Amino acid sequence: MKIAIINYGYGNLHSVNKAFEKANKDFNLNAKIEVTNNPDHINKADKIVLPGVGSFFDCLNAINSIDGVFETLQEQVINKQKCFMGICVGMQLLADIGYENGENNGFGWVSGSVEKMKASPNYKIPHMGWNTINFKNSHLFKDINENSDFYFVHSYEFKTVEENILASTNYASKITAAIKKNNIFGTQFHPEKSHKNGQQLIKNFIDW
Amino acid sequence: MLKKRIIPCLDVNNGRVVKGVNFIDLIDAGDPVEQAKIYDAEGADELCFLDITASSDNRQTLLDTVQKTAENCFIPLTVGGGVREIIDIKNLLHAGADKVSINTTAVTNRSFVQQAAEKYGTSTIVIAIDAKRDAQNNWEVFTHGGRNSTGMNVIDYCQEVESLGAGEILLTSMDKDGTKSGFDLELLKKVTSKLNIPVIASGGVGTLEHFAEGILEGGANSVLAASVFHFGQLKIKDVKRYLADKNIPVRI
Repeated sequence: MKIAIINYGYGNLHSVNKAFEKANKDFNLNAKIEVTNNPDHINKADKIVLPGVGSFFDCLNAINSIDGVFETLQEQVINKQKCFMGICVGMQLLADIGYENGENNGFGWVSGSVEKMKASPNYKIPHMGWNTINFKNSHLFKDINENSDFYFVHSYEFKTVEENILASTNYASKITAAIKKNNIFGTQFHPEKSHKNGQQLIKNFIDW
Repeated sequence: MLKKRIIPCLDVNNGRVVKGVNFIDLIDAGDPVEQAKIYDAEGADELCFLDITASSDNRQTLLDTVQKTAENCFIPLTVGGGVREIIDIKNLLHAGADKVSINTTAVTNRSFVQQAAEKYGTSTIVIAIDAKRDAQNNWEVFTHGGRNSTGMNVIDYCQEVESLGAGEILLTSMDKDGTKSGFDLELLKKVTSKLNIPVIASGGVGTLEHFAEGILEGGANSVLAASVFHFGQLKIKDVKRYLADKNIPVRI
């Protein structure tokens, strides 16, 4: 089992890599984890992880500036149906359109749009910190307790249809916490920063 | 429900944790990586490193410390001290920081805040402010580790950096820092009621009650403390249990 974590110069690669390595070791999973932006290596991976920290626009540009990466992702995830996990902006990029720093087209893999959340006195933006999630039955949330806390930090939310939503959280209104469409999985929260719950979720993705 | 965060802060000087009273008389309190691991295991919601000397020669020491900590702790890590250029932010994020806190440079060069937020996202940029009360009961922004006065009003400055893209304010009361006499609640209330971004209360925690006051009266989204945790006076678990008993949402 080979897992490619996509390096496009953005995102907290080091943290994501270390969190995957720890889950791999602690749960005795025997996966090979590699941080890469080499299309040949991505092609050979069994599963693909797209991290993301930064703005929708900058992350999109950074991916598009590396030759062949987007095309390779499209081929492996859409045509070959390899298991994919996007984290934070790495999930938001899958939408049809994003409104951070202008209006930009996303990958269009999961229908929906990425829109600015509204601040109010009791609901400061960014939505930052540990929040409780509610999830639907799925292998990805196996062995995770109902009402578990995960770490969120974002100002934009993924608006999509109910059938794409795997988990949600409440912050003034219902916010998408995780999406799933066939082989595509994504989290708005950061499993790599969500301590034991995050480790369990990463384990579940590795043996999904 | 979103939880209130308890954040232990490690003031780091040359790769060692220190904590002083009113910014002077630093006392050695140990290895930052070991200390971070303990906090992680005890249930800290986030960790904060402030490189308090931040001279160019110990920059690599800080990056090594951040990297080792990020390898061992799977909770968010905010790092600040001596952040002057975009490359400083890039290096810290690359080493494993999740958020970067900017203090003096945000005051001297406002466009830096905007540039940083545009490049790395609002959520990544924390503006640290050292506030001191004046004779007229206003608060003034100080820089350079609290050594230099700026003549700027804290509330105005907070609103300005929010509009430039700051994602969070780390607000330290210089009058209260290291005194263990509680937060400057008036300052906190003024700032939290005016801002749409979250505020971390810092400076003055000495007892369990102080944590609750900062949240309930001060309106803080997170509370930061150093000495009470380093020297074992309070345990994070006990703080959380106390807050939960007061119906304050915390992660247990």
